[in-house]
Amino acid sequence: MPKDSGIGASSKRREDVRFLTGAGNYTDDINVAGQAYVHFLRSDIAHGRITSLDTSAAEAMPGVVRVFTGKDFEGVGGMPCGWEVTDKHGAPMQEPAHPILAQGKVRHVGDPIAAIVADSLEQARDAAEAIDLEIEELPAVIDMKAAAQEGATLVHDDLNNNVCYDWQLGEADDAKVNEVFAGAAHVTTLDLVNNRLVANPMEPRVAVGEYKRGTDEYTLYTTSQNPHVIRLLMCAFVLGLPEHKVRVVAPDVGGGFGTKIFHYAEEAFCTFAAKACNRPVKWTSSRSEAFMSDAHGRDHVSKIELALDADNNFIGLRTNTYANLGAYLSTFSSSVPTWLHGTLMAGNYKTPVIQVNVKAMFTNTVPVDAYRGAGRPEATFQLERVVDKAARELGVDPIALRRQNFITQFPYDTPVALTYDTGDYNGTMDKLEAAADLAGFAARRAASEAKGKLRGLGINCYIEACGIAPSNIVGMLGARAGLYDAATVRVNATGSISVMVGAHSHGQGHETAFPQVVADMIGIDESMVEIVHGDTSKIPFGMGTYGSRSLAVCGSAMVKATEKVIDKAKKIAAHLLEASEADIELKDGQFSVAGTDKSVAWGDVTLTAYVPHNYPLEVEPGLEETAFYDPANFTYPAGAYACEVEVDPETGQVSIEKFTAADDFGNIINPMIVDGQVHGGIGQGIGQALLENCAYDENGQLLSASFMDYAMPRADDVPFYGVDHSSQTPCTHNPLGVKGCGEAGAIGSPPAVVNAVLDALNAGGKAVDHIDMPVSPSRVWAAMNS
Amino acid sequence: MTQVSMTVNGKSVSGDVEGRTLLSSFLRDHLSLTGTHVGCDTAQCGACVVHVNGEAVKSCNMLALEADGAEVGTIEGQSGPDGSLNVIQQAFQDHHGLQCGFCTPGMVMSAAALLKDNPRPTEAEIRKYLEGNLCRCTGYHNIVKAIMAASGQDASSIAAE
Amino acid sequence: MYSFEFEKPTTIADAVAAMGAEDAQALGGGQTLIPTLKQRLAAPSVLVSMSGIAEMQGVCVEDDGSVTIGGATPHATVAREAAGSYPALAALAGQIGDPAVRNRGTIGGSVANNDPAACYPAGVLGSGATVVTNTRQIAADDFFEGMFSTALDEGEIITSVRFPVPQAASYQKFLQPASRFALVGVYLARFADGVRVAVTGASEDGVFRWSEAEAALNTEFRADALMGLKVNPMNMIADLHGSKDYRAHLVAVMTKCAVQACL
Repeated sequence: MPKDSGIGASSKRREDVRFLTGAGNYTDDINVAGQAYVHFLRSDIAHGRITSLDTSAAEAMPGVVRVFTGKDFEGVGGMPCGWEVTDKHGAPMQEPAHPILAQGKVRHVGDPIAAIVADSLEQARDAAEAIDLEIEELPAVIDMKAAAQEGATLVHDDLNNNVCYDWQLGEADDAKVNEVFAGAAHVTTLDLVNNRLVANPMEPRVAVGEYKRGTDEYTLYTTSQNPHVIRLLMCAFVLGLPEHKVRVVAPDVGGGFGTKIFHYAEEAFCTFAAKACNRPVKWTSSRSEAFMSDAHGRDHVSKIELALDADNNFIGLRTNTYANLGAYLSTFSSSVPTWLHGTLMAGNYKTPVIQVNVKAMFTNTVPVDAYRGAGRPEATFQLERVVDKAARELGVDPIALRRQNFITQFPYDTPVALTYDTGDYNGTMDKLEAAADLAGFAARRAASEAKGKLRGLGINCYIEACGIAPSNIVGMLGARAGLYDAATVRVNATGSISVMVGAHSHGQGHETAFPQVVADMIGIDESMVEIVHGDTSKIPFGMGTYGSRSLAVCGSAMVKATEKVIDKAKKIAAHLLEASEADIELKDGQFSVAGTDKSVAWGDVTLTAYVPHNYPLEVEPGLEETAFYDPANFTYPAGAYACEVEVDPETGQVSIEKFTAADDFGNIINPMIVDGQVHGGIGQGIGQALLENCAYDENGQLLSASFMDYAMPRADDVPFYGVDHSSQTPCTHNPLGVKGCGEAGAIGSPPAVVNAVLDALNAGGKAVDHIDMPVSPSRVWAAMNS
Repeated sequence: MTQVSMTVNGKSVSGDVEGRTLLSSFLRDHLSLTGTHVGCDTAQCGACVVHVNGEAVKSCNMLALEADGAEVGTIEGQSGPDGSLNVIQQAFQDHHGLQCGFCTPGMVMSAAALLKDNPRPTEAEIRKYLEGNLCRCTGYHNIVKAIMAASGQDASSIAAE
Repeated sequence: MYSFEFEKPTTIADAVAAMGAEDAQALGGGQTLIPTLKQRLAAPSVLVSMSGIAEMQGVCVEDDGSVTIGGATPHATVAREAAGSYPALAALAGQIGDPAVRNRGTIGGSVANNDPAACYPAGVLGSGATVVTNTRQIAADDFFEGMFSTALDEGEIITSVRFPVPQAASYQKFLQPASRFALVGVYLARFADGVRVAVTGASEDGVFRWSEAEAALNTEFRADALMGLKVNPMNMIADLHGSKDYRAHLVAVMTKCAVQACL
């Protein structure tokens, strides 16, 4: 029987009512009296030197409040990078300046050069056209391998070269790795590209800066996944403001997918300009502007080699990746190709020797940072493609090859720095085989063939490291922040509860799922518990929502704070019941004395806490507790996915006919929400696999600069998905036993889709080894006919 | 500035607008009906879908003056007079057809337009009809399911509850 | 958008007068024009809306059996109202953009814009339709002059398009996955006096007639008649979504599909 409330119940989302009635409060819905509007003049050249910039005519245009250029920000900090990666020789990464507005050079199409603040947006745009700007164009650095060559044009003149870092993980002894490969019975090699993507949450970014001179207080309303992180970075590194004078509010946010983690120049600008102009300043990104100013995702070019022994055991793995960082270091960009990617190269397999090499490159493109999955999809794609290719080369069943090499003993120390606490990869694969009706595939293939279509089945396994992250570990790895989270549980006198959480909900349903936990712990109705988030003035602290961490990390803080509340409430109950605290039990909202019929209700205890007439003297009045939770390890969701496609042999068109996901997320709080997260991740993964492609030409012009050329998945591009999460090995080190589910779909689906297409082609007699994503009709047709 | 008058969610409204003022701007900025969202500038995403004289249109791709004299319906006018959710809205909540909520007003308005013309659409018809509505959160699964349910069809047989 | 005046005449005569203003621009449904204006890629002084002109609305079957569509008729109306009189054209209209776009976008706007990937130019050229303006009638073969270029003069308004109805016709559209315009679209119309094949989406010169295919199909109207025929890839568009060769291949595939649909 499914539960109808508390942990494990598919409670309907309470936030839906406001979203369904047009009553949401997104940042662009916020208008502050007297606000001015900013328009950013952005470079339409990928790489160049600003030789002349005259704003005087623009300043004289109607409605113009002020025009800002890089000069106005001399002495102000640049946009910081939150993770210092150390290269394989022990040197810190090269870390170029990242100014709010261009200083001397422009380095990508979209690089902001000037900011025009005016009474209206159209006036600001008019004035932008009156700016006299000359740029001496320089060769654009676009191709990563060319950028790495000696003598390549430098994106940053003050750096030694275009390599941010040359990083390595795993086996450092090349000779040892070579020896493994030399002794292998079979080696499978694959060159592949993980296509550059644009996250494209449906809500474009918005920032509204406000400054109150009377109190010297700033407020920034912004589309962020982590308002405290924005406040910290902006105050400490960019503007040099005291945090207690700055409030950052991220109200309803229309999707994030990683791209709203980062601290962006526009946020710092609006905050700065609000004081400089003595007026609130609002910026609303258009979608076209988002394509050239939101951090992009992925963009890896890799070579992967898998060594197998004569019994098809994986004995060695080596990867060499060029990772595009774009023109500047975005907030967490340096961590994505390294600690979020290299560490996952073991996947679900007990490969004993692994060497991961990553060269991270500066190019004249938009900065690249975390996008749903962040590094883990890139790792999974490489690994699962090469495993699939190996199975084809060896003529063995791809599921059997995977099963043979699965890790089966836990905890398991990988050769790439992680310790998997728990998992059951064979059990999850069993679930997949049943849920996806793999036994019926042959019949479905025959039916497709009868229609003249090729049908393929693609299998994929994934593991991810979520619940980021243990602060002491990430600190050693170069993180410049802790990755704990915090929650305050404030019990009101009548027993209702407000929980202030550091996680930010922008689609994940925290407002519904988090109360299920607290209500379950106390035994009260979910409606008695409310979540408060997204406002630095209301919540204790918080590192925000990304990396499938909200429930595992912030939820754990909430559990700890609730436990403290319960402990204190038991003291009060013990006093009221004239019993020993040790004998007090809490169940269904009643405190009772063990073995007796004496009890007192939750509401009576909470009322007593605030009306402490009959009250233990040693206990403080009130009932409010805060907890910070720093995880002991990552969590390791894992799963197995199956995709079935049909390929039209005449046009190369691929259609997804069946998609099944079997995930192990550990314990689950709200199955409906978990399913929804998986659906969304699969949708984005199918988008990456078949449709999405952020492409530049050789001059650094963005070819996919709007939805007219960047193909977003639509309702008729995808099927209904089958989702099974009955394989559950609870996380061993957090109180809820949860692992996180937000990114799984986006990690697990792209290789499944590509594997399926290749299976279809090969079954149809076309010996095709690989097709890079997106596997567009044009590419499939070209591969079939090459 | 030119005066524009229209009926929005049953109420007569008017305001002074420029030639270039979009219907979406008139709704959001002049009438503070911020439920209509703007998610792109190329008429692709559909977050701005409203009804003009009963038909779905992209309000960020229509001049406010083109709606002079029209009957306009927005998401704010979908729920009952007492604020209760209508059948489509309720189905979206029941079937988790929304996550971040940003595309949702456009989805609900498009779904309403679909069901007006085609009270029992097939799954394929729903997916095809939503061609002009992008959602980045749901993978569309539960949106399609919600619309099937709103049209009185059994959505329970669909894989994965 | 740059600032502009807005006019909404109710007669063709008033529209013609309004279009006399310097840098005046006709506004159909605006589904392409408004995004263009948002990017500030056009700066009309006045936009003259065609949506209030009753005589430019609707689908009408003439005495000779031809179908006349008012220049300001939205795609959705054509999809609905021409379904009986000219089903292939109605089907084409029903594939343009998405439902909300079809409720606003008009045949006059689409044909006047002559986007190289738009659907209507294929339908107009493939049908051998006549573009009727406020001053003259222009045969489709003379109307389309290459990408975004037509025979229309400054200020000239498409008041209607008159379609002869073929014995059989079919529009086969292969979607460009992002814009949902045609990556390749083929409109094939079979008349008593011959076959017309018009191709959109594929060529750098915009919509064109594939005369070799027409000749082959005039000899023998079956898909196999196209065997071995291929348009010259050199003239095809190459972009993110398809190479020249791929587009050339798709032209042949879509044409075959259109033939099969007509049999």
